[in-house]
Amino acid sequence: MKKRKGKVRLTLSYILLIAIAVVSIYPVLWVVLSSLRPGAALYSESMWPSRFTLDHYRELFGNKAFPYATWYLNTLKIATLSMIFSTILVTLGMYSLSRFRFRGRQTTLTIMLVLGMFPSFMSMIALYIILLQLKLLDTHAALVIVYSAGAVLGGFIVKGFFDTIPRSLDEAARIDGASHLKVFTRIMLPLSRPMLTYVALTSFTGAWVDFIFARLVLRTKEKWTLAVGMWDLVNSYQNSNFTMFAAGSVLIAIPITLLFIFLQRFLVQGLTSGASKG
Amino acid sequence: MKQHRTTATILSVLVQGLGQIYNGQRLKGIVLLLIEALGLVYLVPRLGEAFWGLATLGETTQKFVKVNNSAQLVKGDHSIFLMLNGLIVVFVLIVFLVIYVLNIQDAYKTGLLRDRGEKPKSFRQSYENATGRYFPYLMLALPALGVLFFTIMPIIFTILLAFTNYSAPDHIPPAKLVDWVGFKTFKDLLFLKSWSHTFFGVLFWTIVWAVVATVTTYFGGVLVALLIEQQGIRFKKLWRTIFILPYAVPQLISLLIMKNLFNGQFGPINQYFKAFGLDGLPWLTDPFWAKVTVIVVNMWLGIPVSMVLILGVLTAIPKDLYEAAEVDGASSFQKFRIITMPFILFATAPVLIMQFAGNINNFNVIFLLTNGGPIKGDYQFAGATDLLVTWLYKLTLDNSKFNVASAIGIVIFLMIASFSIWNFRRSRSFKEEDMIQ
Repeated sequence: MKKRKGKVRLTLSYILLIAIAVVSIYPVLWVVLSSLRPGAALYSESMWPSRFTLDHYRELFGNKAFPYATWYLNTLKIATLSMIFSTILVTLGMYSLSRFRFRGRQTTLTIMLVLGMFPSFMSMIALYIILLQLKLLDTHAALVIVYSAGAVLGGFIVKGFFDTIPRSLDEAARIDGASHLKVFTRIMLPLSRPMLTYVALTSFTGAWVDFIFARLVLRTKEKWTLAVGMWDLVNSYQNSNFTMFAAGSVLIAIPITLLFIFLQRFLVQGLTSGASKG
Repeated sequence: MKQHRTTATILSVLVQGLGQIYNGQRLKGIVLLLIEALGLVYLVPRLGEAFWGLATLGETTQKFVKVNNSAQLVKGDHSIFLMLNGLIVVFVLIVFLVIYVLNIQDAYKTGLLRDRGEKPKSFRQSYENATGRYFPYLMLALPALGVLFFTIMPIIFTILLAFTNYSAPDHIPPAKLVDWVGFKTFKDLLFLKSWSHTFFGVLFWTIVWAVVATVTTYFGGVLVALLIEQQGIRFKKLWRTIFILPYAVPQLISLLIMKNLFNGQFGPINQYFKAFGLDGLPWLTDPFWAKVTVIVVNMWLGIPVSMVLILGVLTAIPKDLYEAAEVDGASSFQKFRIITMPFILFATAPVLIMQFAGNINNFNVIFLLTNGGPIKGDYQFAGATDLLVTWLYKLTLDNSKFNVASAIGIVIFLMIASFSIWNFRRSRSFKEEDMIQ
């Protein structure tokens, strides 16, 4: 009796699991297949294309109206630079907030918490005017600066990580005569490699997909990032160019998805460090 | 020999760095002197205009003057530039004032050392001091400057905007001036019928959305995690990897994909409906169904995140709790209700509340999927699915109602801040109680 009940439960569970798996995979599979389908329309008779073609990928790089290759390079450049600068700024700031007990530390932490509660683009108008005054509007430098400066506020996870590294380590090194700088570069940095990877990864993907701020700052089509370009493609040519959009999406998603799967462990660590473990 | 500290302090008050030179720290003194020179060169020509600009926001508008029978444009004051420039100058002033005060303190301290007959520190020693005791400040300086100018200043600027009448069509520089109006914007938003109707409507939906979105993704995540972790389920790792997929695809892309999937005319979802002989649903164009769609799509995006989180928590539940329960003859459901659920809730409560706060600000889902639409006729520049944040965005970028947008920003801040502070306190008191350990 009990065994049969267990079997029913298992069968039901498997059905549910399969259903969820289908729902999870379906949109992704649909876009991949659409990108390989001949024709340009959103509408199609069946999900499975009647024949496969790589035309849309070729068109992405050949079409004059959509400088997709330029956008790709722009985005790569911005994301890489923001990743480097954000990681440096976040590590410096959070290390000193985690390791040292100095005057103004508590205040700094509180200010950071409070600043994090403002909707991030509430400052949009002001940033726009500041960048206009600095003559940085429509430049990639503006994006890199703002992303990197903004990354500092999201650094609590990093601080939490530094907090978990035993203090006895750096105290011992200090007694042996190492300077703070040396302790930082020789002991702390190598130990915090998982966290650095997490920060680098999130700031890279953040810059890779940010659309709100990029749309505000970048005015000329040649300077756009992928996110702005893709949004424009969907909004202005939704039904007439759908397959091309699908191809573009696949190319944007591939590096991020690969990075994610590759570095899943760090992401999960970063996510769960927000929860207090029992 | 009591003079040294007084003399050094007075000298440093007079001219920054002079006290240090008097104390024999020549290099340091010169550096400070240069900083002051730099500050004066920057501040002196700007300070007067900055304060005038901040106080009045400009006095003359631009106008056409007749010169030789042709009208020529004479530039007036640009209120917003005046305000921002004023703010920048004030911030720079504060930075220099801090250096100035530190300089006086330093001169006094070194003077004190000399009065006691000790030698003042050499530049080398100061340098060592900087990498020793002052190391944290040095490390923080760069990130702090970035935050100061690209986060704090813009926020203060925006808060100030809420107290002006900076909005289209009557108060847009350079053609017109902007003035301080006190709390008028907030009063309009709360009591003026045309604004308050939209404001309370959008606010209500924002809260409903935040609650429903948080609850559905959270319990969806619990359900999926428990399904995978059940006894007897095989290929656990495979399921986990498949279910994480929506989380791995960049949100921007998946949302744009969803927008096409749910397209009422050509989208595949409605095609399947038709294949079963049903009429398609107006997923994105009907106020009610648009709300359903954003919540469903948000579940697709959010459940994997909660799942990952809860899978992590599940592994931390001590197995002996279950064994003890089994000895006592508890059923699976009882085990879930008495052990698993309280444990998960306890461990993830802070995250749950932060997710709720995050959903209030969930810009991407709404903006990319429905763009706030479908438009509601009796709303001011907002649609049926608009949240406060997306409304703020539209008011800023499309309609130039900057003052109202800023006021809404402040309202959002107050909501999030009260939640976060409550959360912070609560989790702290929880930690002290040590409920579960």
